[in-house]
Amino acid sequence: MSAPEGLDIRAPIGGLFTVLGGMLAGYGLFASGRSGSPQLTSGANVNLWWGLVMLVFGIALLFMARASRS
Amino acid sequence: MEGNPITQLAAIDYAIMAVYFVTVLGVGMALKRAMRTSTDFFLAGKALPAWVTGLAFISANLGAQEVIGMGASGAKYGIATSHFYWVGAIPAMVFVGLFMMPFYYGSRARSVPEYLKLRFDEKTRTLNAATFAVMTIFSSGISMYAMGKLFHLLLGWSFNTSVLASAAIVLAYITLGGLTSAIYNEVLQFFLIVFGFAPLVFLGLRSVGGWGGLITKLNAAAVSNGLPADAYTNAWRGLSNSANNPIGVEWFGLVMGLGFVLSFGYWCTDFLVVQRAMAADSMRAARRTPLIAAFPKMFFPFLVILPGMIALALTLGHGAGMGGGMIPAKLGATGAPLIDTAGRAVLDYDLATPMMLVKLFPSGMLGLGLTALLASFMSGMAGNVTAFNTVWTYDLYQSHIRSGESDEHYLRMGRVATVGGILLSIAAAYVAGSFNNIMDLLQLVFAFVNAPLFATFALGMFWKRTTGHAAFTGLLAGTIGAAVHHGLTLPMGASAGVKGGYFGVIHVYRSELAQTFWTAIVAWTTCFVVTILVSLRTRPREERELEGLVYSLTPKPKGGEEDFPWYRRPVSLAMVVMVLVIGLNLFFL
Repeated sequence: MSAPEGLDIRAPIGGLFTVLGGMLAGYGLFASGRSGSPQLTSGANVNLWWGLVMLVFGIALLFMARASRS
Repeated sequence: MEGNPITQLAAIDYAIMAVYFVTVLGVGMALKRAMRTSTDFFLAGKALPAWVTGLAFISANLGAQEVIGMGASGAKYGIATSHFYWVGAIPAMVFVGLFMMPFYYGSRARSVPEYLKLRFDEKTRTLNAATFAVMTIFSSGISMYAMGKLFHLLLGWSFNTSVLASAAIVLAYITLGGLTSAIYNEVLQFFLIVFGFAPLVFLGLRSVGGWGGLITKLNAAAVSNGLPADAYTNAWRGLSNSANNPIGVEWFGLVMGLGFVLSFGYWCTDFLVVQRAMAADSMRAARRTPLIAAFPKMFFPFLVILPGMIALALTLGHGAGMGGGMIPAKLGATGAPLIDTAGRAVLDYDLATPMMLVKLFPSGMLGLGLTALLASFMSGMAGNVTAFNTVWTYDLYQSHIRSGESDEHYLRMGRVATVGGILLSIAAAYVAGSFNNIMDLLQLVFAFVNAPLFATFALGMFWKRTTGHAAFTGLLAGTIGAAVHHGLTLPMGASAGVKGGYFGVIHVYRSELAQTFWTAIVAWTTCFVVTILVSLRTRPREERELEGLVYSLTPKPKGGEEDFPWYRRPVSLAMVVMVLVIGLNLFFL
């Protein structure tokens, strides 16, 4: 499954989603405080829970990329 | 349009965009070492696994026209927009994977026009290559234009800056990593769209009272627009009569025009998508590319059409676009909302999806959603530019300007063509504009140029008697047929000009799409008939020259497939795809 010159696409995508997921979850947890939440969707901390989903997805891809390399 | 931007971004939103841009450029840099031959650059070294080429196959098509246009169509036509997927894409994707990929991947052709050269002759190839090159530049320009306009409106970004900055980023990652870079970014963009839009649909459904609430609101909307109550929420029921559905077309025009002619013309012959499959690492992977792509493709309506439908539900009963609803009214030259003959505001459907992002997402998620949009705009450009540089270099430059040069020469030419393609796209971006719905315009262009194409390919691949003169004449006749039909008809309410009717009006269609579908049917039929007639009067090529290019003269892919699990076998994969897509159509009947 390895691509030319060993750059496995799952590595950069996993990396990107891990970073973005971490940023969103962190923002949802500490910073947003729901003040900026649009009135139509008040009550849900989307940043936190969706950030966590992305974080899990990113880490899973990183593991898959690592596993196929060894 | 001047005025205050609709929203402002927080630092977190800009940070998310920045992380994305760094990743994109990083991927390009990491791939630079791998670009040693022109095959590396133009065909990704023919070394990518099927799931990567499969995701790139649909992502290359997931540009601005898809995400914004499908949201717009969702708001305009409701669930029937899914016909663009379940009728207008999946069957053709199955067909190209099973029956046509063996000739593209298996022959020596490096591009779709080059297949035409091998099968027919130089003039047919050149005609196809030249029109295709123009079309890619045009599409890429539209993508840039739409992006510049949208981000100016939403965020107040300068049009020039967003067009030039995005062009610079696309330029950087393609010249560095060629097709591999474009494909990797398409896969990246696929996941960004999925993760950026899934929560939008979830939050949207929540705000209209779930699926049931959406149906109730849309049924009321249909009645107030003079249509049967289920017009927006059922895909097929209104299609017996063009007056009973918001698309304004009857089932025959839809199935033949969209489902057969336009869809097969695009998915089976457009080098932009076929190039992705040709980058696969084996014949089996190439054939599976469109089949793997079909799985996410058939579920995209829920991701890109639903936001538009939800936006429509959130617009009605809120002042119907007079400022209170989700979808804003279109503004006239004076800045006042446009009003149609029934006294309703004309909605700016292209803003349905972007407004949903802005109004439903908090800071943070908004950054993610807009990054997904940016990514889809940029890969819309990148996909077209990578197809352009290949066709330019192999089919126009190498065959007409300088042949017999070293491979390095053509690799360098590929990079130069990338720069040229991007400069031309920027020029096209400034020319583009003026249509209400981007999708309608693209479909119109496809109808003139692509519609006759599938007749040529189908005859070329499956009838060994077809000759080069016939293919060329047929293509020209088909394109002329399209223009004549378009010139003799008009959509309802339009006046003669760019919408048709320039030769006089003999028929008025209920909608622009109906006219487009029938234009395609006329173009295809003209090309098909003319190609057969001319073939019968010209001398066919020797059969041995056509081995690997024509179905009846090519050895069937040898057995041994049974050793693989079903999901690795093209035929069984195709059957699963068809069963699923028929199920979806029945469910939303």
